[in-house]
Amino acid sequence: MIRFLLWLLGGVLLGGVVHLATVLLLPGMATQDAYSRLAPLTPVNKVVPVPAPSPDKATMPFMDPAFAMAVCRYDLTNAPLKFSVPISQAYTSVSFYTRSDIAYYAINDRAAGRRVIELDLMTPDQHNDLPDNEEITAADRLIVESPTNTGLIVIKALAAEPGLLASAQNLLTSAKCQPQPQ
Amino acid sequence: MRLLLGTLFAFATAALIGLGATWFTLKEGIAYGGISIGAWTAWPKNGTPGIDPYARAMVARSGELPVGSGDGITFYARAVDAARPLDGRCDVALSGTTPQARFWTLTLYDPEGKLVANSVQRHGFTSQEIIRNASGTFEIMIGPRARPGNWLPTGGVERYVLALRLYDTPVGLATRSGRDTPMPSLSQKACP
Repeated sequence: MIRFLLWLLGGVLLGGVVHLATVLLLPGMATQDAYSRLAPLTPVNKVVPVPAPSPDKATMPFMDPAFAMAVCRYDLTNAPLKFSVPISQAYTSVSFYTRSDIAYYAINDRAAGRRVIELDLMTPDQHNDLPDNEEITAADRLIVESPTNTGLIVIKALAAEPGLLASAQNLLTSAKCQPQPQ
Repeated sequence: MRLLLGTLFAFATAALIGLGATWFTLKEGIAYGGISIGAWTAWPKNGTPGIDPYARAMVARSGELPVGSGDGITFYARAVDAARPLDGRCDVALSGTTPQARFWTLTLYDPEGKLVANSVQRHGFTSQEIIRNASGTFEIMIGPRARPGNWLPTGGVERYVLALRLYDTPVGLATRSGRDTPMPSLSQKACP
């Protein structure tokens, strides 16, 4: 009896380890996460509109239907990226996600403080390689460091009324994400 | 022989408990660091690199992209109160004010995060569309049948989830109590 309880206790303790391991490993093995859903729809380093969600079809769950959305799936392996989007009348935001869908940075039109949100996206190594003086002359340049080489830039423009969705979507077509010439 | 049986038994127990616990936590949406105000709960850390492992696993499993913390915050409501989950066949009134934010949107989803089909193709409201009272408060009637004023159709689904997203808002990681964050209240009216 005692032997049985000991085996049971061992099993329960091991179960805890299994639980923690699966929770920690699951994000790396997911095949239906946001990045994997967007990857087939989006060429690398190009802004692509994401269709508005409908009851029948949505690229991702829990999308906000009041927003026009576009995505740039980036790869910084070869060069840093230059990103820009004009701001809309209502509200425009740019959010950055790592390859594993972690939001590491987001900026909205008011924080950008101009008619255009403009920034450079690079890895920490590429940031360190920037010549010092260039950083001073480009003091007004916003630099965002991506913790991973690949990830997502999600651009959203609010359509305050359903009738404004088309113009919000139109605005996002002017968004650009391009590798910087070296 | 006894050693082999014991080992097998322990491994089976471990698999059952471990995988069962993982499945249960992800299904029930158990995550740490949530702030609950009335019927609403938000996980401000989900929009930051400090997202906890359980929330990360849930996000990876569902395929959603959490709203980044520099962008806004999402509050979810799944029930009117502890005893009554949100039922699309009932009339529910959402009334009051929202915390300070430049814009907010309210959206109705099914529990899987899909929009719910309805005859008028309305899935939510933005702060600009809402009809307000003279005092600045508002009331949204959520139910299966058409209503005058702000009507959010449920399509008669059994269960639904409300998401209130605040954009460009001071509400976030530092928000603790409900005093500075007046969330609208949910009350169930008629239920056939």
